[in-house]
Amino acid sequence: MKKILVQGKAQGTVLKSNNSINFLGTVDKKTGIITDKNHELFNKSIKNSILVFPYGVGSSVGAYTIYSIKSNNSSPLAMICQKADLTVATGCALANIPLVTVTDKEFKLLHNGQKITLDTKSPNLITFLE
Amino acid sequence: MELTREEESALKGEQGEVLQMAYRILVATGEATDAEKLIPIEWAHLSGVNYNTIGDAGEEFLAGISNNARVKVKTTLNPMGFDIDNVSNYELDNNFILKQLSIKNSYEKMGVTPSFSCIPYEIFDIPKEGTQVSFAESNAAIYANSFDNLKTNKESAFSALASAITGKSPFSSLRKDDSPNLTIQMKVDNPNELTYGMLGFFAGKVGNNSVNISGIREMDRRSCKALCGGMGTSGTCAKFVFGEGDPDCEKVDFDQKEMQNIHDELNTAEKGDLITLGSPQLGLEEISDLTIKLKGRSFKKRCMIFCPRSVKNQARKIGYTNELERAGCEILSDCCTCLSPLINKNDVDSVTTNSIKGAFYLKNSNGVDVNLKPLSQIIEDETK
Repeated sequence: MKKILVQGKAQGTVLKSNNSINFLGTVDKKTGIITDKNHELFNKSIKNSILVFPYGVGSSVGAYTIYSIKSNNSSPLAMICQKADLTVATGCALANIPLVTVTDKEFKLLHNGQKITLDTKSPNLITFLE
Repeated sequence: MELTREEESALKGEQGEVLQMAYRILVATGEATDAEKLIPIEWAHLSGVNYNTIGDAGEEFLAGISNNARVKVKTTLNPMGFDIDNVSNYELDNNFILKQLSIKNSYEKMGVTPSFSCIPYEIFDIPKEGTQVSFAESNAAIYANSFDNLKTNKESAFSALASAITGKSPFSSLRKDDSPNLTIQMKVDNPNELTYGMLGFFAGKVGNNSVNISGIREMDRRSCKALCGGMGTSGTCAKFVFGEGDPDCEKVDFDQKEMQNIHDELNTAEKGDLITLGSPQLGLEEISDLTIKLKGRSFKKRCMIFCPRSVKNQARKIGYTNELERAGCEILSDCCTCLSPLINKNDVDSVTTNSIKGAFYLKNSNGVDVNLKPLSQIIEDETK
């Protein structure tokens, strides 16, 4: 199901994970680097990416982590999820990071390194640039 | 989501910035959970208190909104980073203490009850069955939905805060009488609280909003809390129902093999440099039981015990704290194992605990190794 949770427009490069993300404790608040050794994105920074992942999990305080990485200029430009969860939705709402959910089929079409535009006001929510 | 005229006006900013922010959060929450409207709630429990978790951004944000924001309903608070009574015994830098006290002050200014507890369900009166609440602490949300017949989403720190300020929350599926579409069949014999913590962790991973759990007989409070704590750590699941569920429910076994997988994921040390008990914090019942178990025994290494201040005060009156301190326990109120700045990887390599929730955060946030053991084993191995 496609939903727009936080309005906005962003252009950037896809950073995709098929693992869910627990923002509290596994994302460094200053650098946006994933610190969980078992995570697909371990040691990668989510800064300035279009972050694509299934959904957020774990502690509710994760919403503050999203607000913190935004305040520290280390947040993704936008987030695209398969399923909406409250931690990510509210963290993005406060930090004003555009957030949408897409269908499983659309999720599969997104790959690491793709340059895309996400525009919640456009009829084509996602445009592939290359 | 349908908003009333007054709610629309607040969202547009006509009733001030604080309410606009609160309604923006509620709308995002509502969209995320397929809610069609906002409904009144009677009690909010907030997370986002420990300076270790919300950092400077959180501290500044709260200081800012506390000038104008006031809570509209009964609002209680999660643990913070230390116990002011004994913080001088720990090498905590002054900046941390000042920032933490600023956070405390901001919440108090907004009219929040400074309970500093992750077990509101054990220290406050429970409203009548079916009451709508907004609990951000994941173990408390699961406990409220599953054992207390209250109704809450698994709120985020922000959605609970927005609910506290507006007295409203989106009418999401968990607030209605939904029934789970998945049944977990408990197949592990002779479970203790650690087993239940791992069962919860497993359920959180495989479940969606809610799950059925079959094959469980009587559970004590310790095991109930372990189950809720484990479940809240690993997933988005915020409710469980005991029983087989509908016949067409998908079935998943929690057996010895699944349990071993979780144990291998979280147990990274053969032994701990210190012991922590209380994640979720210990209630009076567990303190009393621990006092009995420690009769005539004492710990061979440091043992930190975390409980709410109100529980510590009651325990002191009854005489439990004397007994526990005699046995070598450090009793801390207002804070919790999870994300405690008092456990530092520069001084500690590994921690022994019976908590799956504690293990996850000790490992991922504090960066220390974890040795998992049930309480009975901890007492057998670590006391004399």
